[in-house]
Amino acid sequence: MKVAYQWLKQYIDSGLSPAELASKLTMVGLAVEHVEFLEKGIKNVVVGQIKEITRHPQADKLVICQVDMGEKTVQIVTGATNVREGHKVPVALVGAKLPGGVKMKAAKLRGIESYGMLCSGEELGIDETYVSEESRGGIMILHPDVPVGKDAVEVLGLDDAVLEFELTPNRSDCLSVINVAREVSAVSGKEITLPKIEFKETEENINDIASVEVKDEELCNRYVARVVKGVKLGPSPEWMQHFLRSAGIRPINNVVDISNYVMLEMGQPLHTFDYNRLVGHKIIVRRAYEEEKMFTLDGQERIFGSDTLLICDGEKPVAVAGVMGGLDTEVTEKTENILIEAARFHPVSIRRTSRMLGLRSESSLRFEKGLDVSNVKNACDRAAQLMAEFCGGQVVNGVIDTFDQDIELLKVPLRIARINQILGTSLTREEVTSFMERLHFSFEIMGEEMIVTIPPYRQDITREVDLIEEVARLNGYDQIPVTLPFGPTTEGRKTRLQEFADNVKNFFVGVGLVEVITYSFINRKDLDKIILAEDCPLRKTVKVKNPLSDEQGIMRTTLAPGLLATAALNTSRRKTDLAIFECGRIFMPGSEKLPEETEVLGALVSGSLNRGWNWQAQTLDFYFLKGVLAALFDRLEIKDWRLKAEKLPPFLHPGRAGSIHVNNCLVGYIGEIHPRVQDNYDLEEKTCIMQIDLAPLADASPNVVRYIPFGKFPSVQRDMALLVPESLAAEEVSAMIRAKGGEILTGVSLFDVYKGAQVPEGYKSLAYSLSFQAVDRTLTDEEVTRVFDQTKSELFAKFGVELR
Amino acid sequence: MIEKLNAIRRQAEKEMNKVASYGELNDLRVKYLGKKGELTAVLRGMGSLSPEERPQVGQAANQVRSDIEKILEVRGNELKEQQLQESLKKETIDITLPGQNIFIGRKHPITLVIDQIKEIFLGMGYTISEGPEIELDYYNFEALNIPPEHPARDMQDSFYISDEVLLRTHTSPVQVRTMEKTVPQVPVKIICPGKVYRRDDDATHSPMFHQVEGLVIDKGISMGDLKGTLLTFARQMFGEDRQIRLRPSYFPFTEPSAEVDISCMMCGGEGCRVCSHTGWLEILGSGMVHPRVLEMSGYNPEEVSGFAFGMGVERVALLKYGIDDMRLLFENDLRFLTQF
Repeated sequence: MKVAYQWLKQYIDSGLSPAELASKLTMVGLAVEHVEFLEKGIKNVVVGQIKEITRHPQADKLVICQVDMGEKTVQIVTGATNVREGHKVPVALVGAKLPGGVKMKAAKLRGIESYGMLCSGEELGIDETYVSEESRGGIMILHPDVPVGKDAVEVLGLDDAVLEFELTPNRSDCLSVINVAREVSAVSGKEITLPKIEFKETEENINDIASVEVKDEELCNRYVARVVKGVKLGPSPEWMQHFLRSAGIRPINNVVDISNYVMLEMGQPLHTFDYNRLVGHKIIVRRAYEEEKMFTLDGQERIFGSDTLLICDGEKPVAVAGVMGGLDTEVTEKTENILIEAARFHPVSIRRTSRMLGLRSESSLRFEKGLDVSNVKNACDRAAQLMAEFCGGQVVNGVIDTFDQDIELLKVPLRIARINQILGTSLTREEVTSFMERLHFSFEIMGEEMIVTIPPYRQDITREVDLIEEVARLNGYDQIPVTLPFGPTTEGRKTRLQEFADNVKNFFVGVGLVEVITYSFINRKDLDKIILAEDCPLRKTVKVKNPLSDEQGIMRTTLAPGLLATAALNTSRRKTDLAIFECGRIFMPGSEKLPEETEVLGALVSGSLNRGWNWQAQTLDFYFLKGVLAALFDRLEIKDWRLKAEKLPPFLHPGRAGSIHVNNCLVGYIGEIHPRVQDNYDLEEKTCIMQIDLAPLADASPNVVRYIPFGKFPSVQRDMALLVPESLAAEEVSAMIRAKGGEILTGVSLFDVYKGAQVPEGYKSLAYSLSFQAVDRTLTDEEVTRVFDQTKSELFAKFGVELR
Repeated sequence: MIEKLNAIRRQAEKEMNKVASYGELNDLRVKYLGKKGELTAVLRGMGSLSPEERPQVGQAANQVRSDIEKILEVRGNELKEQQLQESLKKETIDITLPGQNIFIGRKHPITLVIDQIKEIFLGMGYTISEGPEIELDYYNFEALNIPPEHPARDMQDSFYISDEVLLRTHTSPVQVRTMEKTVPQVPVKIICPGKVYRRDDDATHSPMFHQVEGLVIDKGISMGDLKGTLLTFARQMFGEDRQIRLRPSYFPFTEPSAEVDISCMMCGGEGCRVCSHTGWLEILGSGMVHPRVLEMSGYNPEEVSGFAFGMGVERVALLKYGIDDMRLLFENDLRFLTQF
């Protein structure tokens, strides 16, 4: 909402400058986003009247104007094509100053002397968008009543300032300049003067020449109509045009301008019909029939359903209620008689209709917010008054009004003690009553309570706490003391899962991974890129009904697309050594209304780390990632975990991946990505990813760590090298070693895997280092040898392994 | 014979002082003290001595042996030290060559900011609450005093899953769920960090972003308590000399409502580019919990009151780290992420 400072000044002289006013209003909750000062340094631009236009002897595109400036007549050459003899226009005479410090000088244009310039809106700093039709692209044609010789800055309001409000949804009452003025009154303590609505009426009675029938009172609870006869269309006064332009509305003609002006002034949208073209001079307000059609003002044919409220004449729809008028009954230059409509339509109905038609206007915006029902007739009268004054119209006697109830004003109790309790203040009753007076809220005092009568334009106030807010904002939020809650001490606490997630994140950072955060929504096509089969459960997704784009069309069922896209982005920027992780949720449609959300941890690695001048680089491959996983489980004290080459998601390399099992439960997967996926994402390096569910990990991780004393007796190391078939999983061998080693075997570590020379085809050599130690004695050589030999023979018996 | 012994000592001392390495010194040890050494040879001749002379010569011989051993030790130490010095010199490396690239991971700036906020409120006795990111319309809107068709729904353009289910537009539904679980007990003292979603995408808006919201419900909670809590927070988060300013605003779930500005940490309130020359930065929305919200969650607003506040984590991160484009946060360019 944009309001000219001078417009406000018509109702209240606050004694505050535009900037002061903006700051005060902001601090009471009517936020002024911006104050625009229209003053652009224009000097000596005055109104002149064109007396005579003659052709330029040397130039087809120029004309010579003799312009009456009051005391003298000057000759000005112009290239403008929209000026006619008799027009009044702003003239910059020699010596005048224009925006940007341009100074007018006398000039010769193709041999003809020119002593000034006729100004266009643009040259005076007026946005062309808001210049009336006849002046657009040419010279600013002024209203014929403007006196010659008057300062154009004053006439066009170019010394004004415009306050741009950012209204909160509860203060839609301030979509009215008068209601903004009421706020100015509340902050400044100055009195407000409302326009007097009075006009003469003709003998003829409206009920004899027009009728209104509302067939759906739920959607239209008040319809007021007046008829004004004998209007003459023309421009509206310059001050009105200036106020409209300031509000961002382009002046059209006096009738349309008046209905816009009253809408802005009083917050009540109006519509004007060409009375003569209303069949039967009748207004019928009803819901549309299914598939009913009509041409709206913009020349488009619209089709409606029964949700839409239509304004009809005796035979057909003539307007979409509250949204847009029809082409047939539009006010045109030929219009003589006007029917003014002021109504209150149901906010929801208007909202739906304007959305459906994709038409949101200043009018529909106001209807959607819900209008003050008591204001409808006043606005209709105000428009009639202005049409009588500025369109030469005669107001027909009487008004049609479908609303006949008494408006009962809401009364809300207000307790001083409650105010102070909620705000933490110590306001007195006198202070509180003074705030009510500044708001023009009337009240009675009943013991400890005040009963406050809420004016009809403040529909946002319905209960005590709303009044407490009024007190708080007028008293000033800076007057609220600074205290801290007292009461029993509370413990600050994270849940176990939060604590766990934080620890896991710290672990990943500790081993060198960088955290990423990717969008929770992904593109359906991402599921093709990770080569999911048509019936893959990961394709059962939660879909967003109204995404911004297909890119964000579905909720992710795996972190893989986000991690892979991150790898792709960095690869495209020449960064292929990656070690990243993400902690976030995945979403699966569930049996309940809400989908299932699972907190998961994902990681992706590729390339290598720590390349340097005299040491080995760390390859970020499957075994690196598995090492991270093993370290994580070690850190979490999770002992029972293993990888199985089964139940793998399709985007992993089938021979280089495993599903992760903790306590025999599937909790995730780890592996190199499938070469086709690598291609789909244009990744240059082999890439490995993993994903684990957090909750089962937290459950498997013991809460308490207990110290286990280490043996005081010496330990013995023995190495064994085994020749095993290539297909035998190393873990089976080490599991067997562990099983046979018994109590005294305290460690098994694989320190070499070898294939090649001296190892037969189809075999691999595994070298283990075994540690033996007893808690209660020094082990004898014989004892260790016995266990070591038994283990060897068992391995031979079970797997046919050979010793090297 | 004693003469001979003394001569051996003199000779040994002379030779030992001449040698240049520990190895040569060892050769001398063998030469003088070894089984076939000179001293041993002398002692072998002791048999021919008279019983009177024998103890004297024996004593002298022992003296010479101990003298030689002492010389060996002193000289040995000297030589070891000399060798050590030489090898230290030889082992000198170029300390200006680069060290190994110890790779440290990083947390995302959003996580860093959330962690810091969590720490501050944990210290003030708040519990951390979480809830679903895909929510029922009821919890996201209705229970927060935003019925269907309420104009405030325009403020938060939402992503819908179905008519009743949407991506939460704020973390406030967690507050409602917590109140429902806690009622009629007080106090409720929680913060709710998490992802939220709105249909907006440009340099200052992301369709997914993070919020931290807080809620306190207890007997006798006032707007002064809100102000004090936020001032404490602002100072811990942004520096001890920060001021805060509350401006009236509107949220359907709080009344009175306030926007909270902090004095700009870049210019200290003087006015600069970051604060658009106002001296203030808007970082929080807040207010007293609307009685309607308390009622819907089962509390009696005549008995308890509360305050709530919420902030966008991205905005705090942008301010804190001087980031000028929101989109950088979710692009995940490693050159960006490894700066925090």
